[in-house]
Amino acid sequence: MKTYQILSNKDTRSGFGDALAELGRNNKNVVALCADLTGSLKMDAFAKEFSERFFQIGIAEANMISIAAGLTIGGKIPFTGTFANFSTSRVYDQIRQCVAYSNKNVKICASHAGLTLGEDGATHQVLEDIGMMKMLPNMVVINTCDYNQTKAATLAIADYLGPVYLRFGRPVVPNFTPENQKFEIGKALLLNEGTDVTIFATGHLVWKAIEAGHMLAEKGINAEIINIHSIKPLDKDAVINSVKKTRCVVTAEEHQMNGGLGDSIAQLLSQTIPTPIRMLAVNDVFGESGKPEELMTKYKLDSIDIVNKVNEVIEMKQ
Amino acid sequence: MKTIKELNDISTQIRRDLLRMINAVKSGHPGGSLGCADLFTALYFNILNHDPANFSIDGKEQDLFFLSNGHLSAVWYCALARSGYFPINELGTFRKLGTRLQGHPTPADEIEGVRIASGSLGQGLSVAIGAALTKKLNKENNIVYCLMGDGELQEGQVWEAAMFAAAKKIDNIIAIVDYNKKQIDGPVKDVLDLGNLNKKWDAFGWDVLEMDGNNIEEVINIINEAKHLINKSKPIVIIMKTIMGKGVDFMEDNHNWHGVAPNDEQLNKALSQLKETIGDY
Ligand SMILES: Cc1ncc(C[n+]2csc(CCOP(=O)(O)OP(=O)(O)O)c2C)c(N)n1
Ligand SMILES: [Mg+2]
Repeated sequence: MKTYQILSNKDTRSGFGDALAELGRNNKNVVALCADLTGSLKMDAFAKEFSERFFQIGIAEANMISIAAGLTIGGKIPFTGTFANFSTSRVYDQIRQCVAYSNKNVKICASHAGLTLGEDGATHQVLEDIGMMKMLPNMVVINTCDYNQTKAATLAIADYLGPVYLRFGRPVVPNFTPENQKFEIGKALLLNEGTDVTIFATGHLVWKAIEAGHMLAEKGINAEIINIHSIKPLDKDAVINSVKKTRCVVTAEEHQMNGGLGDSIAQLLSQTIPTPIRMLAVNDVFGESGKPEELMTKYKLDSIDIVNKVNEVIEMKQ
Repeated sequence: MKTIKELNDISTQIRRDLLRMINAVKSGHPGGSLGCADLFTALYFNILNHDPANFSIDGKEQDLFFLSNGHLSAVWYCALARSGYFPINELGTFRKLGTRLQGHPTPADEIEGVRIASGSLGQGLSVAIGAALTKKLNKENNIVYCLMGDGELQEGQVWEAAMFAAAKKIDNIIAIVDYNKKQIDGPVKDVLDLGNLNKKWDAFGWDVLEMDGNNIEEVINIINEAKHLINKSKPIVIIMKTIMGKGVDFMEDNHNWHGVAPNDEQLNKALSQLKETIGDY
């Protein structure tokens, strides 16, 4: 099992904020909008340095999304920022009509996704956003795993023409992917080569998958670990090629099972090479208040839970 | 520059066009479209600073128009075709399979003149504000227009947009409300009374004008007056009184014609009241 150094411990949202400020300096067309969560989204640096290109919308997310769509008319590249819940379910129709159907170059950047938002509880812990966003034609859906990757993704989506949903989180987590990495939309990243099982993980679950990989290696199980930062478009070749070798799959994500990454992988595999699969996800319940780590344990989204699912799926394969 | 008589002729033709389009597919929204035919004629043949033959989504150095109440697609398509955005024969494809003239407007099929999708009400003013901000950032001295329905004003997002535009001094925008006092379920005052509309917009920080939307000369005069208020730190709204179904006696002021297609007999009766002027498509 390949070892990954923890370069630092940082929140993914800071990767977004730092990249946004960098974009401000390098791309005059980048503009940013926020709905009274500038600090939480780490957008303050951009807001301060580029005040003429920063729009404080107030607590009016529907207005923010439609204004962003309007800003693209004439060539601006708007980045909207608010919590993932208010970036998606709150404004689904605005996104659907003004952004996705109209195919506008809007970057919907969403922080505090999932259970790791923590103590604020279920009203704020959106676990359905990947599903909602991936269902929309034209929409690209990205869920990054650490600070460096979020920074790279933020820079990359500015160069992509079209609607993007970029999902990241609140807590401080291990930062282990390379600094200044090149981010390719739609490309799966192989983190460990293995033969016994493929673990497809996204977001905060990627580091958990690496931890699980070490635990499995101790028991002689050789797990292939793939980081799926782009849920849509999905790197189908990478998924299929890995599964041809390992013949069983575990998926891991901080999202509902309905509509998540696991659901995308299962849909692909069931129509190409039907394969035993186990999904680590929240299963049709809302979250609750608690510390991020406590919640990940309670909702069985920890490394040990990945190990258990791997054991189950390997048994299924045999 | 077209005379008022010529503009009225175009407007009558547009009324004929849209009724024939809606009748042909037995679906669409004649009421609002008939009521706003004069506004669209004034906009596309007199007011807008635009270049129909060279349409681009970005519309740089041009005035922009956004239709927030997308169910008025029929009259908009007629004005676009008649002013040269696309061939008038394409009007006959309205709402048919494979058409660029979708039931509600969308740029998805690259129809010239349409820059964003609408149909789900309440979103267009926000979009227009975004486009107006881009005009400011690009240092373009053009005006962004946005038409909304009066029933549509019941959507909360409209007031989010209204509050934002005034607070942030978006003063290169002219919003127009189609004040026909009708919506699907009946008179607006019965469905959900808008109260004193002028005072509401005024309280939100907008300059408020009024006009008779079924008098082309007045429409041109009042919009020109509105243009003098541009770049004076306040957004501008025009409360435009219209008559739903204007031009066809049995449709006038009757909310039942919001979204019902005339049958062949009704069409013929309507067309007899709207004589062909510049030629049917
Ligand atoms: C968000 C949304 N809700 C409901 C509808 C259905 N609908 C279409 S038009 C309309 C009435 C609109 O009234 P008004 O703006 O006054 O337009 P008019 O009937 O005068 O043309 C409704 C309820 C819609 N298109 N969008
Ligand atoms: Mg009305």
